Order: sequence, then C-alpha cells, then structure tokens
Amino acid sequence: MTKLAHFHGGLKLTAHTLSVPIIDSSLPEELIYPLLQRANHYATPIIKLGERVLKGQMIATVNTPFAAPIHSASSGIVKAIEPRIIAHPSNLADDCIVIETDGLDAALASRSCFDYQQKSPEELRAKIHHAGIVGLGGATFPTATKLTTEQDIHTLIINGAECEPYISCDASLILQKAKEIILGALILQYILQAKHCIIAVEENMPQAAQVLKNAITHSIQLISVPAIYPTGGEKQLIQVLTGTKIPAKALPAEHGFICQNVGTAYAVYQAIIQGLPLTERIITLTGKGINQPQNIRTRIGTPIKHLIAQSGGYNKKVQRLIMGGSMMGIALSSDEIAVTKASNCLLALTSGELENKSSEMPCIRCGDCATVCPAELLPQQLYWYARSGQLEQCQDYQLLSCIECGCCDVVCPSHIPLVQQFRAAKGAIIIKEKQTAQANLAKIRFQNQQQRRAKEEQEQLAKAEKRKATIEKMKAASLAKKKSL
Amino acid sequence: MQFPTTSSPFTPASNTVNRVMLQVLIALLPAIGTMFWLFGNVLLIQLLLACSTALLAESCMLWLRKKPIKMHLLDLSALVSAILLALAIPTIAPWWISVSGTLFAIIIAKHLYGGLGYNPFNPAMIGYVFLLISFPQQMTSWQQPFDVISSATVLDHTKTQLGLDFSMGKITTSPLFGYIAGKGWEYLSLAYLLGGLWLLQRKVISWHIPVAVLLGLTIPALTAYLIDSSRFNSPLFHLFSGATFCGAFFISTDPVTAASSNKGRLIFGGLIGSLIYIIRTWGGYPDAIAFAVLLANLAAPSIDYYTRPKT
Repeated sequence: MTKLAHFHGGLKLTAHTLSVPIIDSSLPEELIYPLLQRANHYATPIIKLGERVLKGQMIATVNTPFAAPIHSASSGIVKAIEPRIIAHPSNLADDCIVIETDGLDAALASRSCFDYQQKSPEELRAKIHHAGIVGLGGATFPTATKLTTEQDIHTLIINGAECEPYISCDASLILQKAKEIILGALILQYILQAKHCIIAVEENMPQAAQVLKNAITHSIQLISVPAIYPTGGEKQLIQVLTGTKIPAKALPAEHGFICQNVGTAYAVYQAIIQGLPLTERIITLTGKGINQPQNIRTRIGTPIKHLIAQSGGYNKKVQRLIMGGSMMGIALSSDEIAVTKASNCLLALTSGELENKSSEMPCIRCGDCATVCPAELLPQQLYWYARSGQLEQCQDYQLLSCIECGCCDVVCPSHIPLVQQFRAAKGAIIIKEKQTAQANLAKIRFQNQQQRRAKEEQEQLAKAEKRKATIEKMKAASLAKKKSL
Repeated sequence: MQFPTTSSPFTPASNTVNRVMLQVLIALLPAIGTMFWLFGNVLLIQLLLACSTALLAESCMLWLRKKPIKMHLLDLSALVSAILLALAIPTIAPWWISVSGTLFAIIIAKHLYGGLGYNPFNPAMIGYVFLLISFPQQMTSWQQPFDVISSATVLDHTKTQLGLDFSMGKITTSPLFGYIAGKGWEYLSLAYLLGGLWLLQRKVISWHIPVAVLLGLTIPALTAYLIDSSRFNSPLFHLFSGATFCGAFFISTDPVTAASSNKGRLIFGGLIGSLIYIIRTWGGYPDAIAFAVLLANLAAPSIDYYTRPKT
C-alpha cells in the first residue's frame, strides 16, 4: 500500500451516495445545445435551419483550442438557432441550436478501430478533438488541448474520487464500464507517453474499487484515497497521491502530471475504439426534492424537466434546482434548461438541505475558514479586503488561487457567504486587469505615435535644412560664377 | 418550473456564533461553581449585576446603532464578557464596581469600536483594567476563601514580602498559602483548567494559544526558579496563582482579538505568557493577565501580517 499524503484543510462531509443501477433516459422531444462553450468561447453552427441531422453528426465547430465541437445526440430537424436560458450562473439566455427529434434515433455510421497503437498520438488527439471530448468532471476543458503539452508527462492520473457529497455518477460508471475506462486510460497513457498511470477512487466506494481491481492491467495502479472534500480537485488529488504540491500559479502539467476524469477516459474509449463522438453522459439526479433519485445515462442537450419527469417528478418541498454538487454547483432558475457536457449532477434540494444564509453575523475571526482552506488562503482576511473593495490587497493575499470549493462557507459560524464575495471580487479583479491592459496598450500606442511624429518632424526639419544648405551652396556657386565672369 | 437562485455552496453551515459562545459559558460552569463554594452568595450577586448590566447596555447600543437586537443578544457574546469580568472582580466589591466595569466594557470597548467582531481589545479585560486603575483599593481587596475577612491575594502578598527582602521559603509559610499557591485559589485554577480542557476537546478553541501562554510563563519562571529559588516563585506557583488558567484558556483565546493563524497564535500566546511573568515579577501589579492580554491584542494584527502562509 502506498503511503498517502494530505493536503491542507478540507472537510469530511456526509455522503449521500446512491446504490441504484444506471438507467437510460428516454428520447426528449427537443435537444438544446448552447453555443457558449467555456468563458467567452463560442462554437459556430455548421448546419442550416430546417436541415435534418443524424445522431453523432457534428452541428457546430470551433476555431479555438479552448472549446470543442458539438454533436447531435439524436436524429431530427434543426428547429431553431435562438436564445434560450442556459446553464450559467447568470441564468441569462444565449444562442442555442434547437433540434426537434424525430424518434428514429438514426445514427451516423461509425468506424471502429481496435489497434490504437498503430496510430500516432497526433492522429488520436485529432480524433479526440473531433469527437468533442471535454473534461467530464465539470470543468469541461477540451481534452485534446490538455493532452497537447510540450512538458514531459510522467504520471497520468485518472480521477474517480468524486468528493462532492451527492455525486455518484463516476462511481456508477466504474461499476458498469470498468474495462472500458481502463482501456481509455491506456489510450490516454499512450498519447502522453506517460510512464505511470494511477486510477484514484475514494475509500467510501469499495465496490467500485473492487470492480476496477478485477479489470485492471499490469501498468495501472489503483489507489483508494480518503473521502475528504475536495480530494477530487486536481491539485489536491496530486498532492494526496504523490506528495507533490503544485504551486498556486503552476499547472499540473508543468510538474509532469495530467489528471483526467473517469468519465473522460470512457469517452476517449468510445471515440477511439468505437468511433463515437461525445453525445451522452451519466448524471446523478438526487436530493430530497425529487421522488426517485437515480443515476441516469442521458443525451447531452436533454431539457432537465424531461429527466425530472422520468425520475418521478418533484415533491412538494422542493426549493432549489442545482446543477453540479451541493458545494460548487450553480443554482438554475428553470428546469427548461438543457444538460451540458459539464452536468455531472442535478440536485433538487429542500429547505432542510439548504444553507441558512439569512442569519449573517459579523466575522469573529475564529480562523476556522483558514483551517479548512485547501488552497491555504486566509478567507477571513480576504473577506475584509473584498468587502471594502481593496482589490490589490486581495491579489496580494492570493485571491485568484481560491478554488471556490465552499469549505469556508460551511464552517463559518457567522454564516458569511464568503465564496460569493470572493467570486465578485475575482470578477472585479479580472475586469480591472483587462482595463489596465487596455490602458497600457493605449499608452504604448500613444507613445509610439508621439515618437513617430517627433521622428517625422525631425526628418522634415533635417530635409528642410538640407534643402536650405543646397540652395545656399547653389547661390554661393552662382555668385562665385558671376564673380569669376 | 421556476426556482430562486443563490450562490454556492448549498450546504447548511456546521456551526453558529451562538453555539461557540454557549460552549464557552458551559466551560465556565466549573469555575463559577468553585467560586461560589469559596465565596458564597456574594458571587451570585456580582454575576447577576454584571449580566443584567451587560444585556441592558448591549440592547441600548444595538438600538442606537440600528442593529438587530434579538439576534445579537442571542449571540451571547455580551454575556461571556460580563461573566468573565464578574469572575475577575473581588466578590466583596461594591455594586457600582461591576456595573461601571461592565458598562465600560460593553459600551466603550465593544460598541464604540463597531460591536462584535470589530473590537481590537478584549472587552472584559478593558473593563477590568478600567476598574483596576480607577478604583485600586476596591479591586485589590479579596475576600479570603471560606471566610469573610478580606486580605490581599497570595500574588500581592508575595510581591510585597519579596520587596521587603523576605525569602520565598519564609513567605510560603503564611496562612494564605495552600499546597502550591493561594489557599482555595488552587481549586479555582483547577476548575478553569477543567473547563479549558473541555473547550479543547470540543474543538471550540485550538491548543495553540493556551499551550503557548502556559509555556511562555513556565519557561522564564522555571529558569529564574532554578537560578535562585529563594527570590523567585516556582513555576507551579505561577500556573496556579491568579488567573493564569482563566487567561490561557478563556481570555486570550477570544478569537476576535487574537491572532488567527496557528503560527501567529503560538507567537501571540507566547507573548502573553512571557508578559505575565515579566509584569508579575518586575511590574507594578501583582497579577498581569489583563495587561498582558491587552498588550498582545495590540500586537495581534502585526503578528497576523507577518505570519501569513506563503502560497
């Protein structure tokens, strides 16, 4: 047994795991695909209104490495490209491709490939990009881009350590598709040419660990990590598994590590071996506000209300609809919103499970927040600075390293919405930095222009002087001529 | 279906200010019980005076400052300050001592600085120092345990006698002494220690400050004692005299006025401990908890600044 390290802080949270088999979602009438992929990166539709699309057909492409193409999850007609409310903290409407399904579920022909080792890593990466695969742990960073690194990667970590209390989609995927996940991990390892590959699961999912143990091959190591939130965070997991602490500003790849979620490994398997693009994922539907909590394999783009109806509907006490876990998810304003590649969990919470933010008290500087902060920040100090708008101090105290895990909020005896404050301050810092960059650019432009003008002026002056000198010379010459005559 | 939206996390908080303060009050029960046993009913009168004054002053100030009165009365912070102050005042002091001390603590030391969470100094200790400086006579004559005669405390007595060049061996034969420190007072120290250990076990406070305070006091005391035991008190005497345990576990651990990182807490506690020793040995006052804590309060923001973790 490998000796595990600990990261700073963290919380032991009560798990609400499900132990029901995965069910398949039925076909919804509409599939909705927001064009907004990640912060400010949009996909471009490549289909026309009224066009018929097949399951697995690419419907939008991207021209940036920070987003991935979108594929239709069923066959049907492109009904509209119009603004719909999307799964975003703002709860605002943005352009979406809407497909009206025809019930046939006719798929595009796929090409399987069994000997991935015959292909070059570049080819496989291109395939992964074209399959629209992104990190399925929730961050949705394009997998092909993450795999394109100039650093020497020595360890690939397959992250199965779901640490958010309610989420169990990864565990259920492992139970069903352990072999496929392992194969996906081997493909990723081959692409990265990584020496080691570790699959990490949490100690509180022994069944999943057992299944993986039976399916595992020679070169992969299986490690169970303690169920302390947020162990599933990339940097936290690396620290627990290897003892290497990745500095706040560095990327894991700079230290030779790459983490991929188990769901991503499975999607890679599907893309490379089966030739299928990413059109489905497993979602945990749970919370006391829903009648039949379950893990459900669903087409990406399915409206949430369709999934809720398939899970016995809400009960009367439902108060909030959350996409993602209870610690880091976003509250949705409506269940008309469609699930995205990022949706690992949908929570219908009742008031008993919710926060009690109404009774906010002054900070008593107990420091409990600093004790649990996995980023080793001082939330109590950041809170003072954020609240009084001292953005420079916030940056000095490393606000931008905050991973918004919510541990500080949970332990705060004064019930201060710390993460909310930090998000706002972070946004303000980013805007300010953009403005400073723009101002600097304008300043440099202005200075360059000034210099150019000064130079031009000097040149003109020099020219004028030269001309004057020539004229004088000519005058003198003609005078001399006259005299000599 | 439509839903309201809020910011994550969506998890009930695991603690409340009220719960923290309530546990501090519970941890004070052994000490209150012991003092009642030592001094009798007068203690209850002092407690009642201080608590009612504190609640009244707190309500008035909250009303003036347009803050939610019920919520802040229920946070129990005013009661904690009042009880800590009442326990520090001689039980036979006149009624206006505890009333004016509490008023000063709540109005000036707490609310004029912005109320709960904003006060740089420990309110109970400000109240105590205000009384000690203004009314030294009433504040230094303690009832003898199990008796109605008033006298100086052992700390006071030892200080005077040492000043008269008596040796420690001779001083400790005084009837004021019990096993290692003041007769009866030793039990009170044990009661504070017991309450403090319970707070540690409940994780209401972390070990850093109390341990650092006790070490900060013990190390210089032990060194001096080993050098010349006839002129310096034993470390045990220091630990069990005056309000050492009360200061270490209850006063210096007030989160609002203490340093907040673990490293900072060790420095903060060590500073208090060594200041206690310095003031007791060479200063003008027999016990030194209040001054030591207030001086360290002053240093807390700087300690926090220089001990912040590097990320």
